[in-house]
Amino acid sequence: MKPVEFQVTMTPCSSQPILYDEAKCIGCNRCAAVCQCDILLPSAETGKHPVVMYPGECYYCGACVMACPVEGAIRLSHPLRNRAKFVPVRSN
Amino acid sequence: MNDQTFHWPYANEVGMEEIKSCDVLVLGGGLAGCFAAIAAARKGQSVILVEKGATERSGSAGTGFDHWESACTNPCSQVTPEEIAEAYVNEQDWYSNGIAHYIECREGYDRMLDLESFGGKIRDTDDEFAGAAFRDDKTKLMFAYDYKNKFTLRVWGSTFKPALVREMKRLGVTVLDRTEATALLTAVVDGKKHGVGACGMDVHTGKFYVFRAKSTVLAMSRPARVWLFDADQPGLCEFRPFQSIGSGHAMGWKAGVEFTMMEKSVRAEYSAAGRSFPAYGTGNNHNTWYAATMVDARGVEIPYVDRDGRELKTVLERYLPAEGQKFFLKGGVIDNPKYEYRGPETLDFDELVRRGYQLPFYADLSRMPDEERRVIWGMMVGEEGKTKIPILQNYSERGFDPSRHMLQSYGTGWQSANFLEQERQFFGAPGGILHDWDLKTNIDGIYACGDQLYASDCAGFACATGYYAGRKAADAAAAGQLLDYDREDARREMERLYAPLYVEQGTGWKELNQAIAKAMQNYCGGMRCEALLKEGLDLLESYEKEIVPTLCCRNPHELMRTHEVQDILTVAKLVIHASLHRTSSSAPLFFRRSDYPQPDPECDRCHIALHQENGQVIERRVPLNFFGNLKEEYEKRNQNYIREEAAL
Repeated sequence: MKPVEFQVTMTPCSSQPILYDEAKCIGCNRCAAVCQCDILLPSAETGKHPVVMYPGECYYCGACVMACPVEGAIRLSHPLRNRAKFVPVRSN
Repeated sequence: MNDQTFHWPYANEVGMEEIKSCDVLVLGGGLAGCFAAIAAARKGQSVILVEKGATERSGSAGTGFDHWESACTNPCSQVTPEEIAEAYVNEQDWYSNGIAHYIECREGYDRMLDLESFGGKIRDTDDEFAGAAFRDDKTKLMFAYDYKNKFTLRVWGSTFKPALVREMKRLGVTVLDRTEATALLTAVVDGKKHGVGACGMDVHTGKFYVFRAKSTVLAMSRPARVWLFDADQPGLCEFRPFQSIGSGHAMGWKAGVEFTMMEKSVRAEYSAAGRSFPAYGTGNNHNTWYAATMVDARGVEIPYVDRDGRELKTVLERYLPAEGQKFFLKGGVIDNPKYEYRGPETLDFDELVRRGYQLPFYADLSRMPDEERRVIWGMMVGEEGKTKIPILQNYSERGFDPSRHMLQSYGTGWQSANFLEQERQFFGAPGGILHDWDLKTNIDGIYACGDQLYASDCAGFACATGYYAGRKAADAAAAGQLLDYDREDARREMERLYAPLYVEQGTGWKELNQAIAKAMQNYCGGMRCEALLKEGLDLLESYEKEIVPTLCCRNPHELMRTHEVQDILTVAKLVIHASLHRTSSSAPLFFRRSDYPQPDPECDRCHIALHQENGQVIERRVPLNFFGNLKEEYEKRNQNYIREEAAL
């Protein structure tokens, strides 16, 4: 089998599903380990958050947030067009 | 940042091959696969489980599920397994999986108790809902839908997957995460085909695997992204997880496994990017949200009626059978049931329009009793998959308060979007693998469970059939031997898997997925006919011959995506073959042929089962009632299990 070199370039999309708070993230990579779509690339730098390498492939399950040991270090954000509307209750 | 290139953080093992042997090989680590592995390990068999994602949270119920259907043997149940399984069969005009439903009805509650013993939460141990109408205060079990008959349970499904992983570890199951299963290996013994294992690839390093096994269990979900695809946000294209796209179906079809009902698809209902909203994240009164109070734009409450059109006065009545009705069916695959099983529902949309109700409609939980509001928003929305973070947490952060706000519905009625007729999904008990009473496929040594079975249903179905398939596979493995595989088959698969790494300036996986989806909308949409289907098949064959060899990618992650699209192409062709073989229309299969408009002629009221042999598609007709008397046939084959359970 001929040797092959891997390349990985971030593949952007029109939304940002996963947002890290750099001040809170401890770089444990639990989120990358649990992501079933495998869209997060563990950071090469110790203590830094993973890179959201394939954001368009996010399934928005929230497993990364559930696994995160620091509250608020990761935020899941739906594409703007997918945000449902709610209004104050109306009485008739 | 857009062009930023990063160092690949995993080893490069392209070309390396590892051969692993076991008694029982489980492909897929969702609920069904985990339970199959646990059943086989409990029987003392060595087990390898292969999972493309990370088992801790992978699969359709990775982050949870909120209600467990058909748990007919729970201590509060007022129905028998026979009543509910037979109701499903009748409700689905016999295009139903009687065997699997009966297993679900008969053994589902045993699996719930298993989950509890592994550390999962199945009852209200914190007394959050003490005294509520849906709670049995003695057992602390909580019920959904039919509060009188108590066979659907509200559960804390977000605790389940980590618990299953812990149990598999305790039992010594070898779990290979980040490993895709790509092909079944078969051998011919005494003139009969036998499963002997599978091939796979590490999706981080590219290492090639050969798994040798006495029995193999397919637990790899159902196909997706066949008609719906958005290259910008492919992860939101379907209801099931992004990586669950039917690779199990594709490898089964290629190996000669028999399928049925693959001609069935429905106009899409859920979750496709852009066309929809987050699942369970819009105002509605189905499933997780049953039986939310609905109002129109003016804030006028929308009446619930029973099956006879009688308006219901209280919230509690929405959860009770009608006068003279034993029980009602709701949830999962049950959308608009027959009169016999129809439960309380809001007034028909057209009738609401006639009466002057105005869009948009909303779910208004503020009008519900406190415990009903809290159980929908906080427990059900919170425990159902993809709701704890994406809905409960996110909407709360956006300021949503169910006692002060109402959540909008979209489309007409309660759907979260309006899809077109050609935008189809495998939903509502779709086709899949045809199997016998052991959940064995037509190939000895190969079993199937969960969403890979034809007419599959929900999470309880996955757990129960997974365990059942695992124990039958283990019994066969204990009596069988490790058969040899053909090295040439493995070599060819390795070559196929790696090929896209060596193509430069070729076609990306998204482009092919987009083209397949468009082809399926054009040639295999709501209305089909022979000429149209054959044109579609011709186009897909041209993709196979001309485009697949040009697929290219740059790392194992993209290689995995590329393999997935090849599997989608295989499944698309299977759907067209199935559509060509049914030469009539069918209401229960949502199948329309312009050249054969007659719906459901008696001669075609059967499974038209298909498998491949030497590249030819072989048809076999199987009566819809092939499974026989459910209780008798089950008990004939499961005396050991019945005795073991009774001893517990």
